[in-house]
Amino acid sequence: MTVVIKARDIVTRFGDNVVHDGVSLTVNAGEIYGLLGGSGSGKSTLLREFILLLRPHAGSIRVLDYDVMALSPFQAEQLRRRWGILFQSGALYSSLTVAENIAVMLQEYTDLSSDVIADIVHIKLNMVGLPEHAADLYPAELSGGMIKRAGLARALAMDPELLFLDEPTSGLDPVSAEGFDKLIMELRDILGLTVVMVTHDLDSIWTIVDRFAVLGDKKVVAEGDLDTVMKSQHPIIDAFFKGERGHIRSRHGN
Amino acid sequence: MTETRTLLPHLACVKTSSEAAVLASRGDWHADLLGALKPSLQKCIRALHNVALQWDVSEIGWIDTAGMLLHIQALEQLQNQGCTVEFRGQSQDFARLYDLLQKYRMAGASSERPAQRSAIVSILDDIGKRYVGVWYTLANFLAFIGENFVHFLYSLRHPGAFRIKAIIKNIDDAGFKALPIIALTSFLIGVVIAYQGAVQLEKFGANIFIVDMIGISITRELAPLITAIVVAGRTGSSYTAQLGVMKLTEEIDAMRTMGFDPHRFLVLPRMIALMLALPLLIFFADIIGIAGGMLISNLHLNISFHEFLHRLQNVLAVKHVWIGIGKGPFFAWLIAVVGCFNGFQVARDTESIGRYTTISVVYAIFLVIACDAVFSVILTGLGI
Repeated sequence: MTVVIKARDIVTRFGDNVVHDGVSLTVNAGEIYGLLGGSGSGKSTLLREFILLLRPHAGSIRVLDYDVMALSPFQAEQLRRRWGILFQSGALYSSLTVAENIAVMLQEYTDLSSDVIADIVHIKLNMVGLPEHAADLYPAELSGGMIKRAGLARALAMDPELLFLDEPTSGLDPVSAEGFDKLIMELRDILGLTVVMVTHDLDSIWTIVDRFAVLGDKKVVAEGDLDTVMKSQHPIIDAFFKGERGHIRSRHGN
Repeated sequence: MTETRTLLPHLACVKTSSEAAVLASRGDWHADLLGALKPSLQKCIRALHNVALQWDVSEIGWIDTAGMLLHIQALEQLQNQGCTVEFRGQSQDFARLYDLLQKYRMAGASSERPAQRSAIVSILDDIGKRYVGVWYTLANFLAFIGENFVHFLYSLRHPGAFRIKAIIKNIDDAGFKALPIIALTSFLIGVVIAYQGAVQLEKFGANIFIVDMIGISITRELAPLITAIVVAGRTGSSYTAQLGVMKLTEEIDAMRTMGFDPHRFLVLPRMIALMLALPLLIFFADIIGIAGGMLISNLHLNISFHEFLHRLQNVLAVKHVWIGIGKGPFFAWLIAVVGCFNGFQVARDTESIGRYTTISVVYAIFLVIACDAVFSVILTGLGI
């Protein structure tokens, strides 16, 4: 199995505040990988380190076989074209329509003619299940679920191999959240994507995540599929999965 | 998955007979590399009519959405030209991507977009929308002023409702912190007026009249106007941006739900603070502006400071100073109302903050100048 992301002994500090102290994890090709942890456990920080927005103080990160800690600007450019990122609040450019948001990378980086780009935009919109008329709307005119879908379409615009999602279902109602989970799974299957998602939505973990890592105490307290993680006796795992919310779910079976 | 060697995509087109042709795509059909390929593809396709085409795709290394779309578009065009097309040697990836794109391309294709409107209709549509928009904004603006006035009256009856602390903080922000820039601009205005006047007056040997000119023009017109324009740019814009961001982050909604009326807590303190601060700033600008003029008169026309001040006391009627300062509260009210109103107009996206801040400054400056013109007309009419 090909390894897509390999992080070893990451140390991150903000001033005196140590966020990660020896975090290691591995993401394999083709899986949906979850990053879990309570608020402030450094999940999003870790994600930002994978996508070159933040540099850890020590450790090594390899993403798609690039050494993230020692990238030349050219390599960084190449790497950035091979992933797509959905930010928590969508981060759609508010001065552009949805269609323009999706097309922006294609327009900047390729010489494709406008009709091909329009066609690609149309396909991506369909893939994420947005209606045709959404193409001409501005981000301010979209609902929360539509913003996430538009952000996903933008992330998919360049046919990435690797997709990063920062809390994809936060702020969505349960029905939309489930729909979005399904969509991610479908896209993974048809596009052969590797998906890394930061989440604390227990339902997502139960339904779509293949393997995941739980962050706590500045470290990865458990990594693996659901059964492996549940076997761990770590108090953080207990708090996460054996609390009231976790219980209800396991009683109904999964 | 190391950096794979990329082969430029290319196309070979061979017409084997009048009704058969072979087309072969090779290389990596990657979005980055396709720009140059489309013309040659078009050229090749346009030559093919009513032929049975074998399209060899076995030597394609890597293909992405854009590359596949070129194939699909070419395919459709060929079919329209009466050709039959058969792909040969498709890899699994090719077939999978082909099916995938066809599926999502067709989906939703039935829901046609509304037909493009003609240019004239859309121009008229635009004019109509703007016209309605202007009236709508004007109505909102009047409602805002009315609401604000009601809250002002309420505060007058319940003096405890005035937010004294907020007013003082706003005076500090809009007044005290503006002193350096006001000093600099009014000093320069004084210098400029004195220079221009000095050249003309020297011709007639009427040097001493420079005092009349500087004294009256600065106190009555220039200091109020320049100060108001600087304050509109400095404070009016910040009012719009502050309130706009508060609206975006739903702080204003939160205040409303807690019963803190935004007019009483945000607008009135700003307005009152500015109405108190601007007259003081104008008085300050009077002094600095005259000082600037005095300096130049001394250097260029050899009028001593003592002489200048003596003459100033004789010719500068105090009414000019009062008129200048008296304009202050009116200008301040306009700047504050326009700034706050536009802050509340900010809609859901960040871009509108920039738009409304610009509108706020432009309107505030325009209204200040228009108001000054009205003052001139009225005061001249009254013979003051």
